[in-house]
Amino acid sequence: MVMGKVVTMAQAIERFVPSGCSVLMGAALESLIPFAAGHEIIRQRRRDLTLIGPISDILFDQLIGAGCVSRVIAAWIGNVSVGLAHNYRRAVEAHSPDRLIVEDHSNFTIALGLLAGGLGAPFIPTRSLLGTDLLVGNLSLRRSADPDTGAPLVFVRAINPDIAILHVQRSDDEGNAHCWGNLGVSEEGGLASRGVVLVAEELVSRDVILSDPNRVLLPSSKVVAVVNEPWGAHPSPTQGCYGRDHEFYRAYHEASRTQEGFQRWLKAWVLDVQTRTAYLTRLGEERLKQLKPSRRLMAAPVDYGY
Amino acid sequence: MNRDGAYTAQELIVAAAARQIRDGELVFVGMRLPLLAFALAKRTHAPAAIGLFECGLIRDEPAPELLYTMSDPPNIAGALWSTRMINVMALLQQGAVQLGILGGAELDRFGNLNTSYIGSRERPEVKLPGSGGAADIASLAGRLLIVMQHERRRFKERVDYVTSPGYGEGGDWRRRVGLPGGGPVAIVTTLGIFSFDGHTKEAVLASYHPGITLDKVRQQTGWGIRVSSELHETPPPTEEELAIIRHDDPHGFWTRP
Repeated sequence: MVMGKVVTMAQAIERFVPSGCSVLMGAALESLIPFAAGHEIIRQRRRDLTLIGPISDILFDQLIGAGCVSRVIAAWIGNVSVGLAHNYRRAVEAHSPDRLIVEDHSNFTIALGLLAGGLGAPFIPTRSLLGTDLLVGNLSLRRSADPDTGAPLVFVRAINPDIAILHVQRSDDEGNAHCWGNLGVSEEGGLASRGVVLVAEELVSRDVILSDPNRVLLPSSKVVAVVNEPWGAHPSPTQGCYGRDHEFYRAYHEASRTQEGFQRWLKAWVLDVQTRTAYLTRLGEERLKQLKPSRRLMAAPVDYGY
Repeated sequence: MNRDGAYTAQELIVAAAARQIRDGELVFVGMRLPLLAFALAKRTHAPAAIGLFECGLIRDEPAPELLYTMSDPPNIAGALWSTRMINVMALLQQGAVQLGILGGAELDRFGNLNTSYIGSRERPEVKLPGSGGAADIASLAGRLLIVMQHERRRFKERVDYVTSPGYGEGGDWRRRVGLPGGGPVAIVTTLGIFSFDGHTKEAVLASYHPGITLDKVRQQTGWGIRVSSELHETPPPTEEELAIIRHDDPHGFWTRP
């Protein structure tokens, strides 16, 4: 009898996100960011992580401030609502709380690195970034040339994260999952990773998923754990479930201006709320209600008949 | 605000940027003021323009609500395509995207943008968020339009770090390094509009906004600027343009800071 993949968030992080590993998060960009998983990583005091993502919004900033991270492979780390990310700045400018190694990418080269990783190819060439300082001293973005024409190219080295944490709308208990909205690098990132932790708004039957195989994100053979965590992407949006909590980002920006302010924020929103349920209670029902869609917009059904 | 308080500098930027968008073009839109410029162009002279977003979206209708980010739910519903980032970047790298619009923290006389490190890379004074998709758009788009807050500390002789390439060291630099995109065509700032010299590729002041003097532009620019022989005052936004901008940004979130 094989053990099921459905576990709690605490179990998923305990088993699949050890200290020292590389983790892909924020793969869809500004939406579907697995904040609940990130907060559990902080509570379990993981250290020396490598974070991988195109733009992580404030999740990477929180993990950096909490001292979980030694390296980032990213195109953009900030607060999309406001701009700069304070913990990221402190880590790079003042090595506080820890020194942070930054491997700079663009969104396209992160995508190409993950695509190469998923293809099992060592690298993929691009004409983006030629002449920029992103190439200076960056072993993952090597200046090279077309072997036939000699034209300049950048070789983007494959990226293979140890684990990808992806937020989706619905999954069955084997990790067959539907995800919709902009996908960013979710597909490439999932394929490139050695394993995938899916965080699902809703657990559904296998029949629901298999009724629409074109909407499936990944082969479930990649999925090592399925966590049912409604609102697990808050304050980022999840299409059809809840919108972006813009005010939460602004409040975080203000609170995290100082190290002490960030520590207070961390205590209130991560350390003192051991579960997502406690976090949602702190947010309050009124706020959750405001973030819910005001109407449904159902897609037309498709016919797989034969 | 201009002299009469009729519009803000941001509203003028949106109107000026919108005029750079041609009908039927594929435009890599971005957020904030460029997004409003795209919406304005759609509703005036460029109804067939199409907007691309690097999160994996293509739209031919601006979202019906104000967006804080490109992945907000109103931007997804009713999109032409909701897909993977790599598919949108594919259109960019194959040369199908005619125009990209970008801002930056620092800019230099050849239109290079820095959004990465102020000071040295090893021990920066300020760590900025980084490229996101900006360096790709600047590398690969047919034309690049730059939108900037015009301050002396931002307009530098040379940027500390080239995140998004303009014309590098000038002249035929882009061709020499192998960049396929055409490079910047204009910088729309809070004080005026620059175009680029066809040969040296240096930014040349083409117009100054109503109420702004040439002296003021010189004061706020960190290099000795060249001025076009046809220097003129930027046409202000029309009543129609202002009405559309205020409809799209009803509380002035982006345009009346």
